Amino acid sequence: MIPAAGLLIGIVLGFIIPPVVPDWLQPYFPIAVVAALDAVFGGFRAFLDGNFHDRVFVVSFLTNVLVAALIVFLGDQLGVGPQLSTGVVVVLGIRIFSNVAAIRRHVFGA
Amino acid sequence: MSTPPTDPASDPVSAEPADSRVMTGRQRLAAALWPPRLTASHVLVAALLALLGAAVTFQARFHGSDTQLSGARQSDLVRILDDVADRSDRLSEESQRLEINLERLRGGANREAAALEQSEARAQALGILTGSVAAQGPGIELTINDPARQVDATNLLDALQELRDAGAEAVQINSVRVVADTFFVDAGPGRVRVGDVELPAPYIFLVVGDPRTLQSALSIPGGVIEVLRGKDAQATISQRQRVTITAVDSPDPPRYTRPTD
Repeated sequence: MIPAAGLLIGIVLGFIIPPVVPDWLQPYFPIAVVAALDAVFGGFRAFLDGNFHDRVFVVSFLTNVLVAALIVFLGDQLGVGPQLSTGVVVVLGIRIFSNVAAIRRHVFGA
Repeated sequence: MSTPPTDPASDPVSAEPADSRVMTGRQRLAAALWPPRLTASHVLVAALLALLGAAVTFQARFHGSDTQLSGARQSDLVRILDDVADRSDRLSEESQRLEINLERLRGGANREAAALEQSEARAQALGILTGSVAAQGPGIELTINDPARQVDATNLLDALQELRDAGAEAVQINSVRVVADTFFVDAGPGRVRVGDVELPAPYIFLVVGDPRTLQSALSIPGGVIEVLRGKDAQATISQRQRVTITAVDSPDPPRYTRPTD
């Protein structure tokens, strides 16, 4: 209940506060957001599976975000930034879909 | 997976982690949603989720509100800059081309307008000369009354020649415009054919030219008026500030004559 409320509050805050993303963060921000989404879906699935641990969730959330940003940064330095970004988004997307499938089986039993 | 029938809403104790191993996912979800439990881990997860929610909306608004440029990478920016520079070059080239066209058209239009003006002036002069347009200006009105029916074509021709010598620019006799090929033929006592029209007396000449010169040309001793007086005809001249000649002649195109280049 509290986490759901937190998500809601975050969304509302995002609408109220004017969007300011620091310039140096702008290339990595979208990827970091997608990585965080992956962590959240993974956490939700773990919760439904009954093996949710807050420590694991926090660590996976933060490392997901950092690693995603790092990969994009590295890609930019190597000159393959756009391609690597696409790759990361694809991989994270696949993970999100599989997690959502597990969640769906739990919630709807199908 | 079989689980003992538990109702987590009515039995909060069973929703505790001790029993959660045997619950289904749906039951866990229901247990977690109500009643709310304020623990450190819940708050931490809530904070991370709030961060995520804010980040998603930030990114969505940022992406939607701003142009792509501020989020673009250096390589993308270079490419976009190149595109814009190319486009700018092309547009400035096109602009130059169009300006040259504009200049050309403008010059052409000026020349055409000048030519048109010139030919209009020429057409007017020729129209007055050939009698194809109405004309007006200072001049005289010469009225020849012929009660004795003695005035013939020769008298009228003499009068016309005298007027032309005095610089008459446009002449109308009664309803006939006098032009280069106008001729005078006797048509019987008191009647003269002027051109294609038979005119009865009195003959009224409307003449555009310098009024004083015209009058003195007609009035000289032994001139037109004296000759007419000898035929018992009364010729009266009145000078006018404005004589309006309305009769027009439609010249036939020449059958044999062609201009030489």
